[in-house]
Amino acid sequence: MDIKYDRRSFLKTSTVSLGATVLPLTMVELAFAKPSENFTFAYISDSHIQHIKGTQFVRNWDRGLIRAVAETNLLTPKPDFIMYGGDLAQMGTKAELDHGAEILSKLNGKVYHVMGEHDYYLDLGAYWSKLFGKQYYSFDHKGVHFVVLNSILTYDDWTFNRWPTAEQRMAEMAGLDNPNGSPFMVGEKQRAWLKKDLAKVKKDTPIVVFSHSPLQKIYKGWNFWTEDAEQVQALLAPFDKVTVFYGHVHQIQYNQVGNIAFTSAMATAWPWPYPQSYAQAEQLLPKLTVQMNRADPFFERDATGWQFIDVHSGRANATFNLYNNTTRTVAFDAQAGHPKDKTYQDPDSRIPPQTHY
Amino acid sequence: MKIASVIACGVLALGAAGAAHADEFTKEDLARWQEQFDGVVKEGRNLWTSPDIGKNGVVCAQCHPNAANTHPETYPKFQKQLGKVANLWEMVNWCLRNPLEGDPMAADDPRMTAMLAYIAWERRGVKLEPGKH
Repeated sequence: MDIKYDRRSFLKTSTVSLGATVLPLTMVELAFAKPSENFTFAYISDSHIQHIKGTQFVRNWDRGLIRAVAETNLLTPKPDFIMYGGDLAQMGTKAELDHGAEILSKLNGKVYHVMGEHDYYLDLGAYWSKLFGKQYYSFDHKGVHFVVLNSILTYDDWTFNRWPTAEQRMAEMAGLDNPNGSPFMVGEKQRAWLKKDLAKVKKDTPIVVFSHSPLQKIYKGWNFWTEDAEQVQALLAPFDKVTVFYGHVHQIQYNQVGNIAFTSAMATAWPWPYPQSYAQAEQLLPKLTVQMNRADPFFERDATGWQFIDVHSGRANATFNLYNNTTRTVAFDAQAGHPKDKTYQDPDSRIPPQTHY
Repeated sequence: MKIASVIACGVLALGAAGAAHADEFTKEDLARWQEQFDGVVKEGRNLWTSPDIGKNGVVCAQCHPNAANTHPETYPKFQKQLGKVANLWEMVNWCLRNPLEGDPMAADDPRMTAMLAYIAWERRGVKLEPGKH
């Protein structure tokens, strides 16, 4: 990429001068992506708005989301829509969902929502649904079929019979490393719905799926995992171009399984370690993934951020807008047949902070 | 000289009476020590997931599930943000002050000992690499 060219063009074309100092320059190339079938959307996830008491919320998590919203509004060209990837709240309360919805209300444009476990396990998504609508659905946009799944369901016995109170159920699921948690799943009912939904879609129509948990199995201990991932993948297998976006993991991950390209979202709230950093764990982080920089906790927003997705010819390029790190772009490489980091895919081009242990 | 002889005689007398030597310990001792350690690790895990050690409800485990990315095996090490070589307890205190918006603990506070024990237990088996980044 010719940075000089991009920068000059951006300054010339931008009507928001503030954008020139705030937004990563790599966004600029999108302003020149002209073909009519191409479009862009923004993708914000995992804000974990956390209520303290009264009118107090955890400032740190508030700031992450406020910043994502402000930066998204500066995008030129304007994204076609904004996807919110789940875990807007930390403990699923009305106060948290309302506060998060209030911050999101500043976004210019249509916002779609994905359910996260932190939004769900207090009242099983009742208040979330009142604010944001259906928990799973599909829509078509410029020739792409979009599907949103609620992938954070679990076994009925755990949900309905295990816990004396809704608050305890929420607290047990909220602890990522809590051994009392339970594996996420899409479930039979939604898989039946998905099968029916996809039946009317042509096999050469690009499919983009959003889920909160990865629709692949990475590390069960932290629910970087969906119990019925293989069954969902099988429903997506007949299509030529499938992209799955997911939140939950608070880190950069990408992978290719058969015809399905996977890309995760960063959190606006805080980053998570890669499972390999837990010495007692066995895990399956995709080999393709070049890991995000190790977080430096002295920078409050380090290793957090949001995404900007460029959909072209039915494939997606994800730009990770990282508040305290260099922006990264993971783009589908048609020749290789899988997503690649535009800068760091070659092991020789990686930098020391990308080594995790 | 006289006093020293008296003490020496006393020690011999105790030995002859069958009291344990300093370098002898039993299976019961080992079990008790392990139990003590396990209890402190358990207390550390409780604190790791407790909203009570900070002031905003945020818990250590929110960012550090299973105490991952704490790297006890690399301390002491140079922390560029502090401009000096620091111990892990200083970093725990940094987290207590900042993300948890709470008060720091003394290095020998039993709660600090418990958290450091929990961190070390989750990292067991990893070789020591002091100074590593």
